[in-house]
Amino acid sequence: MLRTMGTALGQTLIVMPAYNESQSVGRVVSETRAILPDITVLVVDDGSTDGTADAARAAGALVATLPFNLGVGGAMRVGFRYAAQHGYRAVVQIDADGQHDPATVTGLLDRLEDYDIVIGARFAGEGAYVMSGPRRWASKVLAWTISRTAGTKLTDTTSGFRASGPRAIELFEREYPAEYLGDTIESLVLACRAGLTATQVPTAMRDRSGGAPSHSPLRAAVYLARATLALLFAYARPKAVAPRTIEATA
Amino acid sequence: MTLRAYIFGIVAALFVLIVVVSLLRHRRLRERHAAWWLAAGVLALLAGIFPESLTWAARVTGIELPVNLVFFVSITILFLVSLQHSAELTRLEAKTRDLAETVALLELRLRELGEAPRPPSEEEGPDRHGDAHDEG
Repeated sequence: MLRTMGTALGQTLIVMPAYNESQSVGRVVSETRAILPDITVLVVDDGSTDGTADAARAAGALVATLPFNLGVGGAMRVGFRYAAQHGYRAVVQIDADGQHDPATVTGLLDRLEDYDIVIGARFAGEGAYVMSGPRRWASKVLAWTISRTAGTKLTDTTSGFRASGPRAIELFEREYPAEYLGDTIESLVLACRAGLTATQVPTAMRDRSGGAPSHSPLRAAVYLARATLALLFAYARPKAVAPRTIEATA
Repeated sequence: MTLRAYIFGIVAALFVLIVVVSLLRHRRLRERHAAWWLAAGVLALLAGIFPESLTWAARVTGIELPVNLVFFVSITILFLVSLQHSAELTRLEAKTRDLAETVALLELRLRELGEAPRPPSEEEGPDRHGDAHDEG
């Protein structure tokens, strides 16, 4: 059993957005619950048509089923609303395709002692994750810009592996963006501009059990354009109201 | 301008106004969406009845051909309506998304309480209430 010095596992909610992931979701949920025994896993079934909800439920997860597909942003909003309603003190977002290692969750939670958001960063030393072409430029520009806002060096701003503490939960329950890339870029910019703190922990990624990421240069260019636009709009929006400081529980 | 063209302008404007008002009356169009169309209809009617007003307005704005003023105003109104629709669509999407999230959470809550509705295919006997009474 893994232990964490930070937020107790019993107060931590794993949120797993899943869209047609019936092949992998059951195994990922089982693995997560085996490694982190006291943890609650909430799978947000994002309008799947392949029995993702049943597979997740059979593996012992709570399942919230969206009536139609909303994208990762919408799914995460459900997760944050659930966490806020039930008083969880940490939310950890994990992909349902098995690319995030549940054993590294405790590493993220430990850092939540001092930060509001902890990102599991892919290319910060651990693992062999490589990008090329426009996608890499995009991620560099994003990382540089958001690092400046956050006041710390962040190298992987589009990672879908991150932990949010109580203040972040309170903010995201109200304001989590549902736009394209809202779950990664905009949520981070929003949080940092509202005065929340962020840091990253190097994390190795495993191979996805589902499909391979696309390497088409055209798609990468479109991604670059959309990411830039998402970033610009994230800064153009009015600042979110900062969450009230939650008194530290000793 | 021929008399026929004069009458045609007025009839066209009246037609627009009648359609808008009748949709409004039957609640098929909300006031806030109808405002632009009403404004357009009234403007068209005024320009139809008093063509000199159009000539005057064109001179004031420095437009040489009055007809260009008509095009300009028409396009502007269409543009604004279209923009309003996009904004409205965004609002509706946000509301729908919010409802979908709430439904998902409520369904989860129901399940936690052990009252999750099962899909009819899983039910064996005809134990749905109401079946026995309604027919006949």
